[in-house]
Amino acid sequence: MEKSDYLRLYHEMVLIRRLEEKSAELYQQGKIGGFLHLYIGQEAVSTGLISARTPEDRVITAYRDHGVAINCGLSANEVMAELLGKATGCSGGKGGSMHLADVKKNFWGGHAIVGGHLPIAAGLALGDVYRKDPNATICMFGDGATNIGYFHEALNISKVWNLPVLWVCENNQYGMGTSVDRASAVSEIVQKASGYGMQSRQVDGMDVMAVRQAADEMLTQIRAGSGPMLLEVITYRFRGHSMGDPERYRKQEEVHKWQENDPIGIYRKYLVEKGIASEEELDQTDDAAMQEALAAVEFAESSPEPGPEELFRHIYVEE
Amino acid sequence: MARITMREAISQALWEEMERDPSVFILGEEVGVWGGTYAVTKGFFDHFGPDRVKDTPIAENAILGAAIGSALTGLRPIAELMTINFAFSAMDYIVNQAAKMHYMFNGQMVLPLVIRAVGGGGRQLGATHSQTPDAIFAHFPGLKVVAPGTPVDAKGLLKAAIRSQDPVLFIEHATLYQTRGEVPEGDFVIPIGKSTIQRPGKDITLVTYSKMLEISTKAADALSKEGIDVEIVDLRSLRPLDMGPVLESFKKTNRAVIVEEGWQSYGVGSEVATRIYEEAFDYVDAPIKRVAQKEVPLPYNRTLEQMALPQVEDVINAVKEVLNG
Repeated sequence: MEKSDYLRLYHEMVLIRRLEEKSAELYQQGKIGGFLHLYIGQEAVSTGLISARTPEDRVITAYRDHGVAINCGLSANEVMAELLGKATGCSGGKGGSMHLADVKKNFWGGHAIVGGHLPIAAGLALGDVYRKDPNATICMFGDGATNIGYFHEALNISKVWNLPVLWVCENNQYGMGTSVDRASAVSEIVQKASGYGMQSRQVDGMDVMAVRQAADEMLTQIRAGSGPMLLEVITYRFRGHSMGDPERYRKQEEVHKWQENDPIGIYRKYLVEKGIASEEELDQTDDAAMQEALAAVEFAESSPEPGPEELFRHIYVEE
Repeated sequence: MARITMREAISQALWEEMERDPSVFILGEEVGVWGGTYAVTKGFFDHFGPDRVKDTPIAENAILGAAIGSALTGLRPIAELMTINFAFSAMDYIVNQAAKMHYMFNGQMVLPLVIRAVGGGGRQLGATHSQTPDAIFAHFPGLKVVAPGTPVDAKGLLKAAIRSQDPVLFIEHATLYQTRGEVPEGDFVIPIGKSTIQRPGKDITLVTYSKMLEISTKAADALSKEGIDVEIVDLRSLRPLDMGPVLESFKKTNRAVIVEEGWQSYGVGSEVATRIYEEAFDYVDAPIKRVAQKEVPLPYNRTLEQMALPQVEDVINAVKEVLNG
């Protein structure tokens, strides 16, 4: 990794954080509708993971998708504009927070039905296998998704067909308000891989470098034909499940304890201690990310609404 | 022109499209080694190989999810659901994923996907395996729903479905597989979303599709002996629904009966009748009647099952009531 690569990852993590803090404000002001699921606390997961992909590797995730979108190369502008439902949003204002995508960047979406995108990920990988393209598909989902049937059908068929999928469970300890041990027969999600004869690994999701390394090693094997693997990433969301979550299911002390392990703080310390970047350089990156987030808000707010002609557009390719 | 069965027509369409386009492939339960539970894909596995005729686990979510995902990458999967009753296990993929993705992501995602599903009652399979839930699927914008009633339509419409850029649910009726009809040699396509006059007449319009075309035709034959000249409009596609030939016929006959195999409530007949009232009210000479399945889960017992399904007599009686009403 070059110094610029290290700084790029730091920039992405801070940008996601600032963008989401701004989106929370806009939500409170009523400018963002529907559901808003913040990724704050989990930035190291997608940042580390996506940094290990080639541009040909496909990425698909669930509804907590703002960070993944930024990591996949979508601009802060088009992400924020989508949150505000504007025509300039990455999904033209028709998808909203849970349905960000940019197919050209191989980001196959935010998907809002828990677990529903897992079999679709198997299909994306099947497409590559069919064409004999040596790409991997990275499929991200929460711990809650491992209890629904889709997960099991998807993992099973991916193993039966030896599909190049890296299944990534972001275990943030809660499926909405229900803790893993109250919802899952095994509290270590990684154990579920054994039922499908699948190689698996568990990694600290607050450490972006650890995530990156695990993903890099696993993706290399998967592209070489190892078949699917499961990576469990231990992480924590600092905010509620979505805006308006009363958070009766966890104590503030628990949240504070995890916040002491802020993935951005950990990575910043790493960069300074390793002599990769100075405090000043990182401060500059912080400022740049803040400016980018503010500019994205400005862009989104000043962008046009989708026109009425959009209502009936794209129902079918062939009308 | 050769007279072939519906099964042969469907099989030919699949075979010819797979020969024509290497991105077309089939996946589903028992489509490969077994040759298809209705023998539609017999011989395909040996000819096209396991990569293009993919046997799957009995896991409808995996089948349709894999079909959708591979369609997104530009392949043209034909996913076979052994019966449409199993579509309920994977309802999310049909109505919540396939039907939504093109719109929801602003046209970025394109799904050239066909879901073949066998439906219909009359084979004593009991309540869970005998349904005709076509109207449910036709409810959802974003999905195209096709249900042919003749071999020629089955072949032409299936080819159109395979070549379509949109997700198409292609509903076959299990008791029509042995039905024979004339099918032209060579390549042809019948466009999705076009109703057609299957039998010209002047006294009354019968609107129907799929298996009920056969029942309606038998009723029309019997009625013709009594001097009643029935015109039959075959919808062929439920979404997009082409009301053109229906309205044209109705404006001529001023009377209509709609015949469907599914339950009457919230069904195809309800939709078609309402559209006639909305768009041709001035031409109405008598209340429109609907013939449909009795509102019960289909029983196993043969007599009871046939009592619940629409019969030729039911259609004849409905026509007479409308004409005499």
